[in-house]
Amino acid sequence: MTKRLNPQAMKTPFRFKIGRYILTAHGLLSYVFLYAPIIILIIFSFNASKFVTGRWHGFTLIWYQKLFVDEAIGAALRNSLYISLVATFVSTIFGTMVSLAMERYNFWGKMPFDALLYLPIIIPDIAMAVMLLLFFVMVKIPLGKLTIIISHIAFDISFVAIVVRARLAQFDSALEEAAQDLYANNWKTFRYVTFPLLMPGILAGALLAFTLSLDDFVITFFTAGPGSSTLPLRIYSLVKLGVTPEINALSAVMLLASFLLVVLSVWLQKGGDGKVDFM
Amino acid sequence: MPDEFAVELINVAKQFDQVVAVDNVSLQIRDGEFFSLLGPSGCGKTTTLRMIGGFEMPTSGNVLIGGEIQGFKPPFQRPVNTVFQSYALFPHMTIFDNVAFGLQMKKVSKSEIKQRVNEMLELVQLSDVGRRKPNQLSGGQQQRIALARALINKPKVLLLDEPLGALDLKLRKAMQLELKALQQRVGITFIYVTHDQEEALTMSDRIAVMNQGKVLHLDTPEEIYEHPANRFVADFIGETNFMEGKVSQLNEERVFVAVDDQVPVPLLPTRDVQLGQVVTVAVRPEKLSVSAEKKREVDIPGTIDEVIYIGTDIRYIVRITEKTTLAVREQNRGGLSAQRFSIGDHIHIGWYARNASLLTE
Ligand SMILES: Nc1ncnc2c1ncn2[C@@H]1O[C@H](COP(=O)(O)OP(=O)(O)OP(=O)(O)O)[C@@H](O)[C@H]1O
Ligand SMILES: [Mg+2]
Repeated sequence: MTKRLNPQAMKTPFRFKIGRYILTAHGLLSYVFLYAPIIILIIFSFNASKFVTGRWHGFTLIWYQKLFVDEAIGAALRNSLYISLVATFVSTIFGTMVSLAMERYNFWGKMPFDALLYLPIIIPDIAMAVMLLLFFVMVKIPLGKLTIIISHIAFDISFVAIVVRARLAQFDSALEEAAQDLYANNWKTFRYVTFPLLMPGILAGALLAFTLSLDDFVITFFTAGPGSSTLPLRIYSLVKLGVTPEINALSAVMLLASFLLVVLSVWLQKGGDGKVDFM
Repeated sequence: MPDEFAVELINVAKQFDQVVAVDNVSLQIRDGEFFSLLGPSGCGKTTTLRMIGGFEMPTSGNVLIGGEIQGFKPPFQRPVNTVFQSYALFPHMTIFDNVAFGLQMKKVSKSEIKQRVNEMLELVQLSDVGRRKPNQLSGGQQQRIALARALINKPKVLLLDEPLGALDLKLRKAMQLELKALQQRVGITFIYVTHDQEEALTMSDRIAVMNQGKVLHLDTPEEIYEHPANRFVADFIGETNFMEGKVSQLNEERVFVAVDDQVPVPLLPTRDVQLGQVVTVAVRPEKLSVSAEKKREVDIPGTIDEVIYIGTDIRYIVRITEKTTLAVREQNRGGLSAQRFSIGDHIHIGWYARNASLLTE
């Protein structure tokens, strides 16, 4: 394709070609390194043997069947979904509001506040987990679903804010002025112009928050209480007793769900410059 | 009560941090007028317009629309509409919804909206694009939609900030005429911001020439071109020859200025100039003519420094003193009557006294 368009490309010297092959090979290897364990995990979730490693004993869906009738896993899944949905909902609202405030207004102490907002992204999970645990113990909130939700909101807000702000930064303020010029008051301007144009960014942020909540282990592990076990925690406790193909199946399902969510989120963010018309 | 103006600015000033963008401007814009704000980049045109629209609040002074003081009224409470330079069409709405937006906000009935939007689209000759999105239109079409979206609200005053700025030259020329015709048809007051002097001259009933936040000259295009109030205006609009000198003689009929203390130039008497005052004489190149001997009232001998052929015109640069040269534009009529001169020829430059202006600032 490009070769036809660009005659320069045909004359690429040999040593550059070698360079390109090495680069390509290098890239491929990185992917193999990253995804080989995942692929093996998925393959063995279809293996008709009680042991996760070793021989291939034929194709089966039994582990997936077992998964769906397992009471404990069902309960963990319900916990996970409940916690993620609530945390996503709350953090999307706060994250959007905070990004609007940061992008639109100047106030005293904006700089440090801005930096603090992104701290949860940089800070190690374990540090945040310990801090949150100490905090809950100090203010005497019993550990359980509530504390997990609060913790998830605490880190989700940062991610939502980053995604929504990226969208806001490319927002043409003349559009809001035009709405005001056409008799829309502040609320109507937000309702009919700002919000619909921000929507892809908000949805992308929400999906990211949901994915992160659903997958989080460290922070959840520290802030969970009796009866509030989420899916990742459940997997961990199962693994402690020995890995079974059932865990492979569960991991594969979670992986697929996360993957779809991330793809959707990226797609929403890319559907940029207000051209998205799925509204 | 005095005449009611469509828009009146009384001692309006706007300061941003350290920058004085608009400096004590007073303007009166008449009903139904095509009024232009003209000036170089950064002179405060946009800021002035935005203060009328309510997007910027004056640091001091008053903006009146239809005789009413606007104070700190937000844009959505002012009876004016704006055509933005970037058009600012809502990208997530269809063209129909864009044009209908103002009426929807005013809660006009659905059936009336439909009828008026269709009328409006017809007026701007884009009846069949209602269902498209803005990014499916060309720049010129978007420009018309922006116009339709503003005009449909029947504002008292329409504010336009360089609305043709993004169009190519040919389309721009066509749209200038179209806009002017449209303005006359709908009879709405237009306040038009531009830095293109030719555009302002072609379209406006009156022009305010601005520089550094001040209005330097406010008049009809003809007056501004023929009798610019000061050196900046003469220089900014069209091309002008400047000659420096002192007033050497004064009488009822003529003022004489000794250009570079040597060449006496007669002018019509103006305002109060005093003997010996340092002044500038301004005269446009197309008002001058070059001939072998004296032909006009004002006559100055000179030598041709340069001859430039521009097709429609021939341009001579003529030296009249050590310091001063004048540009002369002769129409290229061709044929026998046209006498061509060449570099080094000793000639006479002639013009009529009424065509030159005497500038004191
Ligand atoms: N929001 C603002 N904050 C600070 N300074 C501003 C702001 N808006 C305008 N200015 C300054 O005020 C002055 C006038 O600006 P304005 O936009 O009115 O110029 P303009 O005549 O419209 O110029 P142009 O032809 O380039 O559009 C400029 O010096 C500009 O830098
Ligand atoms: Mg401007």
